[in-house]
Amino acid sequence: MENHDRVLEQAAAWRGEGAGVALATVTTTWGSAPRPAGSQLAVHEDGRFVGSVSGGCIEGAVVVEAQDIIQSGAPKLLEFGVSNSQAWEVGLACGGKIKVYVERVD
Amino acid sequence: MQKPILEQLLQDRAGKRAVALATHLATGKEELIYPSDKEQTELAQQARIALREDKARTVETAGGEVFINVFNSPLRLLIAGAVHIAQPLAQMAAVAGYDVTIIDPRRAFATAERFPGVALLTEWPDAGVAELRPDARTAIVTLTHDPKLDDAALSTALNSDSFYIGCLGSKKTHAARLERLRRAGFGDAALARIHGPVGLAIGAKSPAEIAISILAQMTSILRGGAVT
Repeated sequence: MENHDRVLEQAAAWRGEGAGVALATVTTTWGSAPRPAGSQLAVHEDGRFVGSVSGGCIEGAVVVEAQDIIQSGAPKLLEFGVSNSQAWEVGLACGGKIKVYVERVD
Repeated sequence: MQKPILEQLLQDRAGKRAVALATHLATGKEELIYPSDKEQTELAQQARIALREDKARTVETAGGEVFINVFNSPLRLLIAGAVHIAQPLAQMAAVAGYDVTIIDPRRAFATAERFPGVALLTEWPDAGVAELRPDARTAIVTLTHDPKLDDAALSTALNSDSFYIGCLGSKKTHAARLERLRRAGFGDAALARIHGPVGLAIGAKSPAEIAISILAQMTSILRGGAVT
């Protein structure tokens, strides 16, 4: 039985297969963010991912950004928060705000 | 993330070494910092605090914002008694991120068939617990029902920094246990560290349910959460 939290190992395994991979990490949280700073998500170039940076609220958006970053190689610090006026925007329903650092695994 | 950094991080995790990863957010530059590093830079000091508190954070430095991520060695759970409850407890604790070792000198109990993939130590519990050097990231649970085995594990556990000590047994069994330990020289402060009867009172009946109540109690002590 294994600890389910093996994000870095999965990132390295995908990279080892020759796939483009990005790593997203929560760096800062405000309010009731669902996952603490340090939480990670590994993203495969084809859109598969393991781990989490929220309770499922923003993973979709992070995966799309991560796919861009796999292409460009330039890391980005993304910010997500509540979006009352534009409820269709990607946001955190819990009212929290988080920053997510996304980098390519070289 | 550069390949050498990722490879070193994975090696450290496999070797169960604590390490912090510092990422300079403006430049993407990354470096690994170890608790034993003697460097006195502000960043190294912040990294050591982050490791000690087991909490990632962003810090301001002269060179800009740096994110420090913490990769501590895994939490550990030492179980004295390769009994029925130990089976689900070992599995659930592993999923929760614990490195689990089961200690039981009775080889008929401590078998690979009963505990596939779990580290088994067939030593007397006091020697077994001592050998594993429990620290502040270690929980110890006794499940044998046999005072000879449980007390042996406990006397070593009480002399360690383990964050959680739990003992299976009824209130009556537990009162008798405390009395024996008191006679063995342990004072009130030491005995107050023992959670017995073990686990949160959730009405658990089956071995798996009892394992849930134990793991829930361990978690509440680890995280300082209130139990309602």
